[in-house]
Amino acid sequence: MGQNAAVTERTVAVLAGGLSHEREVSLRSGRRLAAALRETGTSVREWDVDAALVERLRTDPPDAVAIALHGGEGENGSVQAVLELLGVPFVGTPAPACRRAWDKPTAKAELARAGLCTPDWVALPHTTFRALGAQAVLDAMVDRLGLPLMLKPDQGGSALGAHLVTDRSELPAAMVGCLAYADTVLVERFVAGTEVAIAVVHDGAEPRALPPVEIEAVGGSYDYSARYTPGAATFTCPARLEPSVLKALEEAALAAHQLLGLRDVSRTDAIVDASGQVQILEVNVSPGLTETSLLPIAARTVGMELGELYAALVERAVSRETTAH
Amino acid sequence: MSEPVRRPIRANEPTNRLIPSERFAARTAGMTASEIRALFAVASRPEVVSLAGGMPNLAALPLPALAEEVADLVARDGQVALQYGSAQGTPELREQICEVMAVEGIRADPNDVVVTVGSQMALDLVTRIYCDPGDVVVAEGPSYVGALGSFAAYQARVVHVAMDEHGLVPTLLRETLSALATRGVTPKFLYTIPNFHNPAGVTMAVERRSEVLQICAEYGVAVVEDNPYGLLGFTGRVYPALRSLDRDVIYLGSFSKTFASGLRVGWALVPPAVRDRLVLAAESATLCPPSFTQMLVSRYLAGHDWRSQIKTFAEAYRERRDAMLRALETHLPPGCTWNVPDGGFYVWLTVPDGVDTKAMLPRAVTARVAYASGTGFYADGFGSRQLRLSYCYPTPERITEGVRRLAAVLESELDVIRTFGSPSRPNLGPAPARNGPQTPSPHTP
Repeated sequence: MGQNAAVTERTVAVLAGGLSHEREVSLRSGRRLAAALRETGTSVREWDVDAALVERLRTDPPDAVAIALHGGEGENGSVQAVLELLGVPFVGTPAPACRRAWDKPTAKAELARAGLCTPDWVALPHTTFRALGAQAVLDAMVDRLGLPLMLKPDQGGSALGAHLVTDRSELPAAMVGCLAYADTVLVERFVAGTEVAIAVVHDGAEPRALPPVEIEAVGGSYDYSARYTPGAATFTCPARLEPSVLKALEEAALAAHQLLGLRDVSRTDAIVDASGQVQILEVNVSPGLTETSLLPIAARTVGMELGELYAALVERAVSRETTAH
Repeated sequence: MSEPVRRPIRANEPTNRLIPSERFAARTAGMTASEIRALFAVASRPEVVSLAGGMPNLAALPLPALAEEVADLVARDGQVALQYGSAQGTPELREQICEVMAVEGIRADPNDVVVTVGSQMALDLVTRIYCDPGDVVVAEGPSYVGALGSFAAYQARVVHVAMDEHGLVPTLLRETLSALATRGVTPKFLYTIPNFHNPAGVTMAVERRSEVLQICAEYGVAVVEDNPYGLLGFTGRVYPALRSLDRDVIYLGSFSKTFASGLRVGWALVPPAVRDRLVLAAESATLCPPSFTQMLVSRYLAGHDWRSQIKTFAEAYRERRDAMLRALETHLPPGCTWNVPDGGFYVWLTVPDGVDTKAMLPRAVTARVAYASGTGFYADGFGSRQLRLSYCYPTPERITEGVRRLAAVLESELDVIRTFGSPSRPNLGPAPARNGPQTPSPHTP
């Protein structure tokens, strides 16, 4: 940051939109990121991800791409793989690591193997429930994980398709609702506690965790509406937790970032349970950048504007590509 | 922790002085982000066949001739067209509106016409001048989602009355008004879309119209008739407007479906006793409707064969309706029923028992087809087994493809439901026995 002579000459393509269920959120993230980068003097193009993208990247190549896509191709490594194929520098995680982080059961398994706490879970496709009998499998899930349960599509974000199940009778409707978003459902033991998000940014020599943001949904549930309706949730940064817990949160997010091979920027969502234990819920390679998103709040808390942060990440992306060649 | 002292902040907080969202009025509580709206963002992409929106098909408009009209309007009358105007609308357009309404048997005085920014504004203003928080509005079940939004914005409570294949059922209307009366409640008005209903697609039988008016008069309930589709019938039959039978009816009209929705020109025809209050409300909302678009509509009505243009529109919609009905018959799984509209834009589809059309929408979007789920057309949570399909905008080929995709989505959803059992949700009526066109399911509040 601060090398404005170099930064102001950059041309950055912000990718936003796409065809995922999170298109609307992505467009909002993209608009905000584009405006923030322009404030740094960066020349910005805002591109949707469609059949014209590859041609645009070939004929009008930017210095770097900043990905503000959420869900689907923007987070599962597909767009990243194409950018790698074309040799276009981009801010964010390489394709193989995107694939690992995007698939919630895969990421949770890696975190658990490394000794990081994540709520106990099981992930099964619809076909398994159908083949083995839903009732028996659901009963086994409840026996093992207890109630309440969190049901989530195995891939996706913004809490779309997520259901909190407090009673066994709610499970069938929740399963049907969840499976409308994905073929596999992740069933997680529900952990009550303080909900927090920790952004990790790699804008200097080493990746660093930003102060954890504490989330309180006014209606009690941090669902899609609470995430994107101003005022429907309140955010406190740093979280009102003991210093030792804040430190543990930052360490956990950094560990997850490095373990999963993430690059430049990530956001780890976690719960601090009643005993003060940090439980990682999921890790995001493309954090939301909207007016109600958590990364910009955390960045501002340490005196850093979003445009400033991403301008620095763009410089890293460009120099990375230059070094590689 | 490297920085021991950090200032706690909140999202959207430009300074410590003001958090705007904490100052919102209580009546905006329902105006929140929603998963459904998020999914519709995907529907705007061309890969998705959207059977969700009610966008008129403007392909048949004589655009070169309209371009000349616009240029001439600015050249000759720009000083007026680009200036403020009367809150009630231009006298010329109000006279022409009376000619348009005469097609449906309405005899009206231009002085009783208030031009608005689309009929949605007329509805908003009518609700504003009639409804205090907690007041009751009676509406068909299902009803137009934009009307429900207006009623919610003024914190009115909606009581639905069911329809059958002949529209609003008078006996059920009487029962509802009677039940409300016994609780000491007099609804402020009945909101009805008698012709080619949105979303149900049905038309109120002519013989029911007087009866409905009579019942409302007995209970002292005003009638608001919303009639954007009345001239878009497929059989050539024009139904008499409720307003043609009773001068106390508040009538809402629009050029959005018969000319150009982007101009946002609609109107209200109201009894003289209501007019002045409505004009004052309009004045406080917008000062005046846009002179430019009013004058353009006037030129169009005066210089073009608008009656033939409406017939051209209706023919295009009939062709699309036929494509949709053929595709529904061909592709949908057993247990689906739908109405056969004689005009307008919409087919109202009831899906097999256990399917929640709102919960199914993400699956549909993944399959690149979009529809409007039924619960949005009720104020009380009903409609989970219904969805609205619009045939007005896509080509017949796209409609066929969209229905084919929808059928596959329904099959997948049914497969999941069979696995987990039928979730318990409020539904409308019994499961239909077989496929095919039927009437809207009964709904009792």
